[in-house]
Amino acid sequence: MIRIQARTEPSSLMKVASPLLAILLTLIFGSILFSAIGKSPLQALQVLLIAPLADTYNIGEMFVKMGPLLLCAVGLSLCYRANMWNIGAEGQLLAGALGGSAMALYFIDSDSAIALPVTLLAGIASGMIWAAVPTFLKLRFNSNLILTTIMFNYIALYLLIWAVHGPLRDPQGFGFPESAMFTQATLLPTLFESSRIHLGIVFAILSGIIGWFILSKTHLGFQIRVFGADEPAARYAGFNSKKLSWLVMLFAGALAGLAGVSETTGPIGQLVPNVSPGYGYSAIIVAYLGRLHPIGAIIAAIFMAVIYMGGDLAQIEMGIPVAVVSMFQGVLLFFLLACDFFINNRLSFSNQATN
Amino acid sequence: MDSDLIVQILFAAVKTGTPLLFIALGEVICEKSGILNLGQEGMMLMGAVVGFLAAYSTGNMGFGVLAAMLMGSIMSLIFAVLVLQLGANQVATGLALTIFGTGLSAFVGAGFVGQTIQGFPPIAIPFLSDIPYIGRILFSHDILVYFSFGMTAVLFYVVNKTRIGLTLKAVGENPNAANAIGIPVLKVRYLAIMFGGAMAGISGAYMSLVYTPMWVENMTAGRGWIALALVVFASWRIGRIMLGAYLFGLASIMHLVLQGMGWSISPNLLAMLPYVATVIVMVIISADHFKEKLLAPRSLGKPFDPRNMA
Repeated sequence: MIRIQARTEPSSLMKVASPLLAILLTLIFGSILFSAIGKSPLQALQVLLIAPLADTYNIGEMFVKMGPLLLCAVGLSLCYRANMWNIGAEGQLLAGALGGSAMALYFIDSDSAIALPVTLLAGIASGMIWAAVPTFLKLRFNSNLILTTIMFNYIALYLLIWAVHGPLRDPQGFGFPESAMFTQATLLPTLFESSRIHLGIVFAILSGIIGWFILSKTHLGFQIRVFGADEPAARYAGFNSKKLSWLVMLFAGALAGLAGVSETTGPIGQLVPNVSPGYGYSAIIVAYLGRLHPIGAIIAAIFMAVIYMGGDLAQIEMGIPVAVVSMFQGVLLFFLLACDFFINNRLSFSNQATN
Repeated sequence: MDSDLIVQILFAAVKTGTPLLFIALGEVICEKSGILNLGQEGMMLMGAVVGFLAAYSTGNMGFGVLAAMLMGSIMSLIFAVLVLQLGANQVATGLALTIFGTGLSAFVGAGFVGQTIQGFPPIAIPFLSDIPYIGRILFSHDILVYFSFGMTAVLFYVVNKTRIGLTLKAVGENPNAANAIGIPVLKVRYLAIMFGGAMAGISGAYMSLVYTPMWVENMTAGRGWIALALVVFASWRIGRIMLGAYLFGLASIMHLVLQGMGWSISPNLLAMLPYVATVIVMVIISADHFKEKLLAPRSLGKPFDPRNMA
C-alpha cells in the first residue's frame, strides 16, 4: 500500500534533489519523444547535451548564451522571493539592447574611453526604466504586475522593430532592418582568442555573487526572504514593502538591461530585430531551477545554455525544429513543480490499509 | 468617414474580438472557481495548430474545431493535475504551460507553415442580416461567431441564474465553506479548468481556421495574455466580457483604420496599440483597489488542499 503523507518538516534533501530529478525526467521524456518521431534518442541526447560541451568553440558559445540567461535569472530570483511576479525580463532585456544601441551609435565615430561604459549604463538605465513603469503602476494603481510586464514585453519588441526599421537603421544597409555595426570603442572585449566569450559572462557571474551576497548577507536580503516566506509577518515587523518592491524590480531591470546591451555590444555587434531567442522567458525557468537562489541560478543557467546550444545543433545536424528547446523548457518546469510536491510530502509504504 | 466605412470597421472589430471573447469566457469561468490559469497563450496556440492540422488533413472544418477544443482541454488537464493534485504554484504552472504550448505548437506545426485552407464561409442570417447597419456588423459572419454569441448567452444564464453557477461561485469565493457543505471543490475546479482549456482551443482554432486562415508560429501574438486583462476589465462579468472583447478587437485593428484614413504612422508603432491599450485599461480598472477586491473571486490564485481540512 503506497500513500501520500504530509511531512512534518519540508525536506531539505528534496529541495536540492528535485531539480536534478526534474532534469532526469525531462531527458527521459525527450528520449521517448525522439523515438516517437523516428529519431535515435541516443543520438538526439548526444547532440542536445554532449555535443555542446564537446569542443572549446562550443563551450565558448555555451558561455555566450549563459550570460544573458544568468543576468536575467538573478534579478528574477530576487523579485520572486519578494512576491513580485515580474515576467518582464524579456522586455527589459530588449529595452536595454535598444537604449544601449542608440548610445553605441551615438559613439560610432568616437574612440573615447568612456564610450563603452556610457553605452552599458544606457542599457542598464533603459532596462530599469522598463521595469520601473510596471512597478509604479502596480504600487500606485494596483495594476496586475504579471500582465503589465507581459504587455511591456510586447511593447518593447515593437519599439525595437520600429527603431531598426526607422531611426536606428543603417543608412548604408541596403534597407535591411539592422543598425550599423558598432565600432571598436563600444564593443565588449572578448576574453580569449578564437572564441566569442566576452566580458558579459563576467558581469553575469558577478551578478550571481552580488545577488547571493544581498540575499544571504544583508539586512535587505533578510527582509526579502521574510517577505517571501510570510508576508503578514514581514508587515508586522514593519518592513517597508514598497521600498523592497522598488529595489528588487530596479535590480532585475538593471541586470536584464545589462544582458540586452551586452548582447548587442558583444556577440552581435549591432542592433537586430531578433536580439533575444526568448532569454527573458527562459530565465524564469532558470530562476526556478536554481531554487530562486543566485548561486543556484549559475548552475541552472549553465544547463539552460547547454539546452539552447543543443537545440541549435539538433536543428543543424538532425533537422529537429528549434522549437524543441522551449518545449523542453516547459516540460522541465512541469516536472520541477511536480517533484517539488515531495518537498512537503512523502510516499509512505506500509502493509496497513488506510483508514 | 462615411457610414459604410464605419460599418466595415465595426464588422472587423467583431471578427477580431471573437477569439478574445472565446478565450476570455473560458478564463472567467476558470477564475470564478478560484483558479488563475496563465497558460492561456499556450493552450490557444495548441488549439490553433491542432485545429489547423485536423481540418487540413480531413478537409472537415467542424472536425478541426472539435480537435482544437479537445486539445485545449488536454493541455489544461496538465495544469489541473499539477495545481489541484500536487498543490503547485498557479502562476509558475501557468507560465510553464504557455512556454510548453508555444514550443510544442511550433514543433508540431513546423511542416505546415504557409499552407492555407478554405476557412469557414460567412453566412448571412436571414432577416436579421437585413437590419440596417446592425445586420452587416453582427449577422453576416461565419458560424463560429454565432457560436460565440450563443456561448455568451448560455454562460450568462448558467452563471447568474442556475444552481451550477451558484456552486461555481461558492467554490471560488470560499472553497472551505463550499467543501463543508458537501460541494466537491476539486471536481468543480477540474471541470472549470478544462472548460477554460476547451474555450482556449476553439479560440486558437478561430485564428487558424477563420481569421488568418493558416498556421504561423506564435500566431496568437499575445491574445491569451490580453484575454487575462480582459477578464479584469470586465470585472468577471460575462456581459461585459463580450463588450470588452469587441473594444479590444477595435483597438487591434486601429492601425489598419488609421492607415486607411491616410495617416502615415509606422505600422510597427501602431502594432503596439492593443498592448498599450491593455495597460491603460488595467490601470483605470484596478486603480479602485477596494472595488477590484470586491469583484474578484476571493480565493483566486490561492491553493486549496482538502487534506488540510479537519
